[in-house]
Amino acid sequence: MRRRVFLKSGALALVTLGLSPQFLRRTALAMPLPRAARGKTLIVLFQRGAADALNVVVPFGDPAYAPARPQLAIAPPSRVTGTTGALDLDGFFGLHPALAPLMPLWERGLLTPIHAVGSPSATRSHFDAQDFLETGTPDIKGTTDGWLNRVLATRGTCEAGCGTDPAAAFRAVAMSAQTPRILDGSVPTVAMNSLEEFAVRGGGGDAERRLEALYRTGSADLVHGSGTEMFDALRILRAANPQQYTPANGSRYPRSPFGQRLLAIAQLIKAGVGLEVAFADVGGWDTHVNQGAAQGQLAQRLGDFSQSIAALVADLGDRMDDVVILTMSEFGRTVRQNGTGGTDHGHAGAMFVIGGALRSPHRVLGRWPGLAREQLHEGRDLALTTDFRTVFSEITAKHLGASALDRVFPGFAASSSSWLGLL
Amino acid sequence: MPMLRAARWSPWSRFRLGCGFGCTLALALTSCTTRAVRRGGADAMAAGAMAADGLEAPASGLREQTADQQLWHVLHRLAFGPRPGDVEAVQAMGVDAWIARQLTPESIPDTLTDQWLARFATLGESGDLLLRRYPPAGVVQAQLARERGGTLTPADSQTLQLRNRQANAALNEIATSRVLRAVHSERQLQEVMVDFWENHFTVFNGKDRTRYFIPEYDAVTIRPYALGKFRELLGAVAKSPAMLTYLDNWQSVADSGRTTLAQVTAAQRRVVARRAATVARQLPALAPAVAAAAQRRRGLNENYARELMELHTLGVDGGYTQQDVTDVARILTGWTLSQGVNGGTFLFRPQTHDADPKRVLGQAFPGGRGQEEGEALLDLLARHPATARFLATKLVRRFVSDSPPPALVARAAATYRRTDGDIRAVVRTIVTSPEFFAAAAFRAKVKSPFELVISTMRVLGAAPDSSARTAQLVARLGQPLFGHQAPNGWPETSEPWMNTGAILNRINFGLNVATGRVPVVRLTSWPSARPLAALPREAQVDGVIHALFGGAVSRDTRDVLITGTNPFLQARAGQTVGVMADDAMTDSAPPVAPTPPSRAAAFAQIVGLALGAPEFQRR
Repeated sequence: MRRRVFLKSGALALVTLGLSPQFLRRTALAMPLPRAARGKTLIVLFQRGAADALNVVVPFGDPAYAPARPQLAIAPPSRVTGTTGALDLDGFFGLHPALAPLMPLWERGLLTPIHAVGSPSATRSHFDAQDFLETGTPDIKGTTDGWLNRVLATRGTCEAGCGTDPAAAFRAVAMSAQTPRILDGSVPTVAMNSLEEFAVRGGGGDAERRLEALYRTGSADLVHGSGTEMFDALRILRAANPQQYTPANGSRYPRSPFGQRLLAIAQLIKAGVGLEVAFADVGGWDTHVNQGAAQGQLAQRLGDFSQSIAALVADLGDRMDDVVILTMSEFGRTVRQNGTGGTDHGHAGAMFVIGGALRSPHRVLGRWPGLAREQLHEGRDLALTTDFRTVFSEITAKHLGASALDRVFPGFAASSSSWLGLL
Repeated sequence: MPMLRAARWSPWSRFRLGCGFGCTLALALTSCTTRAVRRGGADAMAAGAMAADGLEAPASGLREQTADQQLWHVLHRLAFGPRPGDVEAVQAMGVDAWIARQLTPESIPDTLTDQWLARFATLGESGDLLLRRYPPAGVVQAQLARERGGTLTPADSQTLQLRNRQANAALNEIATSRVLRAVHSERQLQEVMVDFWENHFTVFNGKDRTRYFIPEYDAVTIRPYALGKFRELLGAVAKSPAMLTYLDNWQSVADSGRTTLAQVTAAQRRVVARRAATVARQLPALAPAVAAAAQRRRGLNENYARELMELHTLGVDGGYTQQDVTDVARILTGWTLSQGVNGGTFLFRPQTHDADPKRVLGQAFPGGRGQEEGEALLDLLARHPATARFLATKLVRRFVSDSPPPALVARAAATYRRTDGDIRAVVRTIVTSPEFFAAAAFRAKVKSPFELVISTMRVLGAAPDSSARTAQLVARLGQPLFGHQAPNGWPETSEPWMNTGAILNRINFGLNVATGRVPVVRLTSWPSARPLAALPREAQVDGVIHALFGGAVSRDTRDVLITGTNPFLQARAGQTVGVMADDAMTDSAPPVAPTPPSRAAAFAQIVGLALGAPEFQRR
């Protein structure tokens, strides 16, 4: 027993004092880790509050669209400059004019919108619907972990065993104050508001060194072990030097919290810390009142949203070949506008998939169910034609190499024949 | 070697320098051996407990913990850690007398806490009143929009923001009050139990209007029964607006095709329609919800029924089937709220109650009965042996260890059955047991973020604070009060609370407290700070260790607090040569300060390190 403990302590000591030279030499020379070269990253962006999909990816070609929304409908695309119609995608769908920053991505084949997609649950509760989208188990409330964490749990990426791989600290990062439900689960994740926050702050002088000494004692119990891992992670991040970061390609991130969170994600990807999954969310989509059309509340939210994403894509440049960005919202909104210039809780919505290796460029995916009254869900909402798990399954399988999809989405027959051909 | 550089100017470096390589290696081996022995002791303890036949408690007086450890232990399990003077107070009273007193909180005066609680306007208020006084943002916005014909002025936006802030402040009071009580109440075990039950019967403040119902939930539903009869607690929860909203039971009605207890008359339908029209007129924002509710396909909602068995009573392995879940849901149809989504009070509605026969856990529930059918169901669940075992296990996990000793669980469950679910009696069985006072139980639990913040405020003698800042500290460490989405509540075990991000936040919290950046708990107000700050470093360290850890820390921790390094690192450092090792150390931390810090700053650092130390993460 004593011998085992001591041997374990010895192994830890090697890491401590630089005798695990590969890793530390690389850090010291600020060389990228090999993981960065081969690693794939999935970035999930959650629009909390139920974004009005019909004014995000606008079905201007559907004859029932404009009449249902006298004040809210986005006009069809116009060739007259200075007007505020939809930005034409394929003659039937167009992007909201505030999404103009995404148009170059569409034109370059980096952006695939999916319409009439979402959760099959009929709930119109934000809480329940967000829960289902994050647990990946619609209408089952007892699920305690999130599907993104299950993807990591079922994905064997650590050749030498994750437990001893310091880089495993940053496998999954949520840019948020608390760990979001989607990342709850057995795989350790990091939640932070900003990279600056991920540091030992204050205490003066050599406080950090002394704290490290408190934890790096050779003891491998839960508390000491977590502390040791944390100091490894700090070292990785410090080597990445996020304070000295300049976005590439003249990319300019909005000063908004969302823009800054995407900036942090870009920094982590470029730092090669082994990021597999990143998550950020953005609120303000629950537009019951005064939603606005080409301008107004929703347009403002979409402006920040698209500028931030466009900045991230530009900043990542060629690395987009190894990155997929997936946007989602808990449900769509009513087809008809309500009595207060807004829309109410609906059913199916829209997603964007953005990446450098998309297989269906210049196409809006998902079968369009139509907006005529008899085509609507419960006579009022956009019907669902693509289960969100179909999209998640395809992306995690093809992009992250997830294999045990039946464990990631229990109870869902994840048949690859239903995949949309995104990647 | 940076450590040696540090040693050169350290006035307290004699200890380190006086102890050569062989000595530190010996120390390292000693501490490893101690750990191994301790683990072995735990195994032996568990084995012995299992061997103890039947439910007989091992002879009392078999307490492995020393007298000092016992003082520390009870103050961390039946309380949220010691305040200055508490250890001495428990010692004077005697551990057993103190436990007995905590088990009868009604006998403990708590004037100071009561005075502070009087500052909160919302405690114990009904959701009905709170909704009128602090309407949700959507309702206010819709009212304003209607008055302005659809277009809001900038002044309106300001009004909206102001009222939103007011509503948030009011609805956050409950979380702040929980912190205040946990820090300052003399009825510490009562607060521990409230924390336990509000987590066991968790509700989420982000679901619909649940947050309006939480003050009432805390005051009326949970507190009165925290050490009472489980059946009464279960009944109060089942009828609470908070739980009926959170787990949807207020919306669960008999499936079409089922007999209901009463038919809806035409007159009643007219009343409902009129009420809906009134709501739609007064609160246009609700109109769509009302219309949707009217349109919704009505039927059974199994959400509460499932969690009632899985999480509240029998446990996931409690031996129930999906058919049991469905029939429990059917029995609880009609258990709703007088004002629906707006809460009101519990109401049994015969028109929506499924009156056909059901069967649960093998017991027949004949048709035609009303609310009493649900009461009989709660009787059945509360008295079920699986419930006794499930609750006993969870309480032992909270009070003793992440791996509950089976013999103690069995005795606690037996107490539960013998006393018809008397929570006080079950807790007494647990906290007076030899397993509770076993050496292996000492500091075996990792503090939750709530426990970390509360124990910090207590140990440093923080003054009462009724601002929202205290609850925010807990939230920032990852445990927002009433902020757990899923019905399983916050983890009762250690592992989920310990990871890279969590440990960093905890360390920063400790440093921030020590350097005066946490307004609600300052080092300057700690009674021991002034006398300790004037002492030499080693005496400072021992003073801090005495106050924060009851004198009991690992040799490693004491060494680091005194010298900045530990025997393990020293031993390794002695063996390594070359630049790499030095780089490896220096790239993780800023260079050592060129001049020694002032004595006050050095003292603050010791406290910060101690609050961030592994031992302080445990209770």
